[in-house]
Amino acid sequence: MTSTSRLATFGKSAAIQGRVIYALLMREILTRYGRHNIGFLWLFVEPMLFTTGVTILWSVFKANHGSSLPIVAFALTGYSSVLLWRNMPNRCIGAIEPNLALMYHRNVRPIDVFCARLLLEAGGATVSFITLSLFYIYIGWLDPPDDVLIVVEGWLLIAWFGASLAMFLGALGEKTELVDRFWHPASYLMFPLSGAAFMVDALPHAAQKYILYIPMVNGVEIIRMGYFGDQVRVHYDLPYLLGCCTVLTLLALSQITVISREITPE
Amino acid sequence: MIKVEHVSKVYPIRGGNRRVLDNISFTLGRGEKLGILGRNGAGKSTLIRLVSGAERPTSGNIARSMSVSWPLAFGGAFQTSLTGLDNVRFISRIYRQDYKKNIDFVAEFTELGLYLKEPVRSYSQGMRARLAFAISMIIEFDCYLIDEISAVGDAKFHEKCEAELFNKRGDRAMLIIAHDPNYVRHHCQKFAVLHDGKMSFFQDFDQANNKHHHNLQMSF
Repeated sequence: MTSTSRLATFGKSAAIQGRVIYALLMREILTRYGRHNIGFLWLFVEPMLFTTGVTILWSVFKANHGSSLPIVAFALTGYSSVLLWRNMPNRCIGAIEPNLALMYHRNVRPIDVFCARLLLEAGGATVSFITLSLFYIYIGWLDPPDDVLIVVEGWLLIAWFGASLAMFLGALGEKTELVDRFWHPASYLMFPLSGAAFMVDALPHAAQKYILYIPMVNGVEIIRMGYFGDQVRVHYDLPYLLGCCTVLTLLALSQITVISREITPE
Repeated sequence: MIKVEHVSKVYPIRGGNRRVLDNISFTLGRGEKLGILGRNGAGKSTLIRLVSGAERPTSGNIARSMSVSWPLAFGGAFQTSLTGLDNVRFISRIYRQDYKKNIDFVAEFTELGLYLKEPVRSYSQGMRARLAFAISMIIEFDCYLIDEISAVGDAKFHEKCEAELFNKRGDRAMLIIAHDPNYVRHHCQKFAVLHDGKMSFFQDFDQANNKHHHNLQMSF
């Protein structure tokens, strides 16, 4: 095969995949949010309610987070990141089964189902984060971020981590229901360890090294560096985070290949 | 042309493996119509899913050099929590079709009226059958895979199916599974019997039917 015709085949396949993911995205929006009341606005209103609730709770109780940072900014950056990495696996575990009937169409594959749900979850969390940031800045609860691009970098890294974890667990969950059983307690327990509720710098020196082994802690630190600039001292290990994401992505893709081969449409 | 080469399919079951299809090979050319007879559970639907590409064979290869439909069966291939219209939109999107035109056809063919805006899970068997068939007809294929199309629906519906499938699309290739041997006799030129994972081919319907009956008797 010549390289141009190979490129043409690739282009055609990419177009098909794009169509399928778009169709699945619309289908997910409809089954999840329906056409009642505010419909698909729930996509980001739901995470916004979560984040606002947590922000209010933490403000009222003056949560001790080991720094002098404004609590609103702290809660917003922390809890939004949790929603980002936690909701994607939540939605990808068990994503195949309700879509089995659609896999009668040979171009609809498990990876398309995962992609559609990842786009939806990441999109919802991102719109919620941006809207709340703008709103808090507008009413004066929050100063604009010190460096928006660094915030974006941290956000994208957490999104990548969440997406690869989601696809890996989603694919593994097709083989054993243990994944579903363990993910819920695990994600719940990871919440306090994920960096949402503390700055690494506030931890004892001996603990700092170990806490950075938890991938999302690194991402949250980067987001806070972008938000607060010189007000905070952050600790993170970028190569480690990138390594984790890459390894998880490869594992996820290999597992998806396996389940794609084994899938039996309803 | 569809070329099926040495295809086997093994499903894991409790306490071992079950070989549903065992080293099956055949070709289906443009315009050819092959009817497959076999007992319940002989692997007919599995074979059709493999040919459609929805499922992968355990070993062997299937090459498709013409466009092949998904398995046209009643009930399958749509999402029951979506409405009938949403299913039409979904399928129009993945096959890059103008869904407005398709909706008109589906509405006319199914005569479902307002029910098209209700979730498919609230439909009766017959309504689902009408919707499934209409959706299958909105996309043109060179080869149609037909799984038990005569099982559901009333006489009028069968008449409509007959017109759409065998009159308007009589020049297409088809792979047909039916419980009713007469349906197969009526519509196919080539016949096959699937039994114990093996497929035997017959040019003559009566031979195929005899073999099929023999298999049915043997098991009781």
